[in-house]
Amino acid sequence: MTDASQTAAAPVPLSARLDRVGVVVALIAIVGMDWQPFATLKPNRLVSGQGLGLGSALPTFWAAIGIGILSLATILAVLRTGARLRLATGIVSLLMLALLIGLVPAHVVPPDNSFARVSPGAGFWLMALAFAVLTTDAIAKLKLGPLARLLLLAAAIAATALILGSGHWDGLSILKEYATNADKFWREGRQHILLAVASLAAAIVVGLPLGIACHRHATLRGVTLPVLNIIQTVPSMAMYGLMIVPLGLFAASFPIAAQLGIRGIGTAPALIALFLYSLLPVVANTVVGLAEVRRSVVEAAEGMGMTKHQRLMQVELPLALPVILTGIRIVLVQNIGLVTIAALIGGGGFGTFVFQGIGQAATDLVLLGAVPTIALAFTAAVLLDAVIELTERRRL
Amino acid sequence: MSRLIGPAARLSALALLLALVLRPDWFEPILKPFTENNAPAIYTQSSLLSLTLAHLGLVAVASVIGTALALVMGVFVTRPMGAEFLPLSRSLVNIGQTFPPVAVLALAVPVVGFGLKPTLIALVLYGLLPIFENTITGLKEVPENVVEAARGMGLSPQQQLFRVELPLALPVILAGIRLSVVINMGTATIGSTVAAKGLGEVIIAGLLTSNTAFILQGGIIVALLAVLLYDALSILENRIAKRTGRLAEVAG
Repeated sequence: MTDASQTAAAPVPLSARLDRVGVVVALIAIVGMDWQPFATLKPNRLVSGQGLGLGSALPTFWAAIGIGILSLATILAVLRTGARLRLATGIVSLLMLALLIGLVPAHVVPPDNSFARVSPGAGFWLMALAFAVLTTDAIAKLKLGPLARLLLLAAAIAATALILGSGHWDGLSILKEYATNADKFWREGRQHILLAVASLAAAIVVGLPLGIACHRHATLRGVTLPVLNIIQTVPSMAMYGLMIVPLGLFAASFPIAAQLGIRGIGTAPALIALFLYSLLPVVANTVVGLAEVRRSVVEAAEGMGMTKHQRLMQVELPLALPVILTGIRIVLVQNIGLVTIAALIGGGGFGTFVFQGIGQAATDLVLLGAVPTIALAFTAAVLLDAVIELTERRRL
Repeated sequence: MSRLIGPAARLSALALLLALVLRPDWFEPILKPFTENNAPAIYTQSSLLSLTLAHLGLVAVASVIGTALALVMGVFVTRPMGAEFLPLSRSLVNIGQTFPPVAVLALAVPVVGFGLKPTLIALVLYGLLPIFENTITGLKEVPENVVEAARGMGLSPQQQLFRVELPLALPVILAGIRLSVVINMGTATIGSTVAAKGLGEVIIAGLLTSNTAFILQGGIIVALLAVLLYDALSILENRIAKRTGRLAEVAG
């Protein structure tokens, strides 16, 4: 152990006292704080706006507090400090940013003006990025266990829900966009989740037995996996487009199918395309997971007098579970993203807002679709990663 | 997955692709039944060849930029100098890959406007993630004793990197590039929704005018192109893996 006084006395080079990740974080944060507008004020929804610095966007008192806390956080980020302190610094800074941005509309928009739109500016986003990176780095360095990560995720969701519920952000443009689309937002959200989860469920029902069969029969494996690989390679927009033709023909020749809602456009082609994309990760990971089960374990099960079926259900599948779950994680995250594009063929989901927003050049509408999609995908990834780690531990 | 498709299937796919792009009028009798109200069956607003070249050009430029950035970053975080960034890089790559490509594309529009620029940004940003991830994995997987042997032979750190580590990591890096190119093909197609020139234009024109013939035409060309590219890159990867496999035997 090095004596503390000794370390202090020795000339420590500056680079050893600075945290390199922290230096990058600080540079981004400083550019965001000093050179970029904190918020943008637009006279209405579509025209371009005027940037506001921290000083002019906020009441003096809050601007001072904000600059003080965020500067202190920047300094803490640069210095070599413990990961726990860095995590706390990152979280406090992000909460501070969330608080500050909500105060802007009331300060810069006169109460009787309902057309003006306030949105976070480049400065806000840069600082959010900087402190999100600081938080991520601290979490990575702490090597948090799955339960701790789930707890953090739950806390982040609770905090966001609390802020949204309190109405603190209601003056911001994305929430004004939400207010005009509230019913549709939840409808499309339900549709988005439904499409992603239903196609995953179908892929598990079909893919798991198919994977088991592929594990047992090399010939089947040699045909199935390349075909599924080719399907995965087809770009999603082309796939959705190609679904229109067979389903359209199907509906035209079987009127009963059309009555059931199976048509060239809409939910049915979206579901089928997503299902096809989902098959490869489920099947391939089932095959890999089963192949990784050690021969000796299978033989031991055989020796215990287990039937083929018992062996599969009680030994092989439980041991392959983490790998199979990894496939399911890939599918779920991938599907949540791909559903967005289903909006182009009338499949609904948050993509509806994204493409409508692109069409109208309305940034807020794009964000109303993109932000929840990203949040959903991120939540699904963190959740399933933790579950996978928990099943891996149980296996050991 | 050494051979995704057999040689015969590969050649016929290539022939079909070339015919669709160069001689679209040949397919008019097949596509005509998919149109309604006497709508045109063949997309003629821009030539399919120019759209295909624009599409491939976009993917190529984005993949080259993405690969260069990813390689430099991957090498940096696996050197002692950048080791502090390694845990962060891994987390950022994981988080970044949960972002849907279309969201990245849509978010780039307000920042840089419509057209080629947001598409290129989305392609580069999203495409570099798998390459970065695989560069880190590939370099970290090089056995410690091989690197030490190289050091013992008196190779400088730079020589170790270029003559030993990168060649051994190459198959894994190439797998990342292949994944990135496939993703970029798809994202470039969606790029047409923000007015980037490419094959997505044909599909979108079909969706907007309910012209199934256009959708089929665009969809089949994009799909064939993506599958053939994936296949070609897999072949390249296998050749190189075989060569480095031998190299690894010699080195180990």
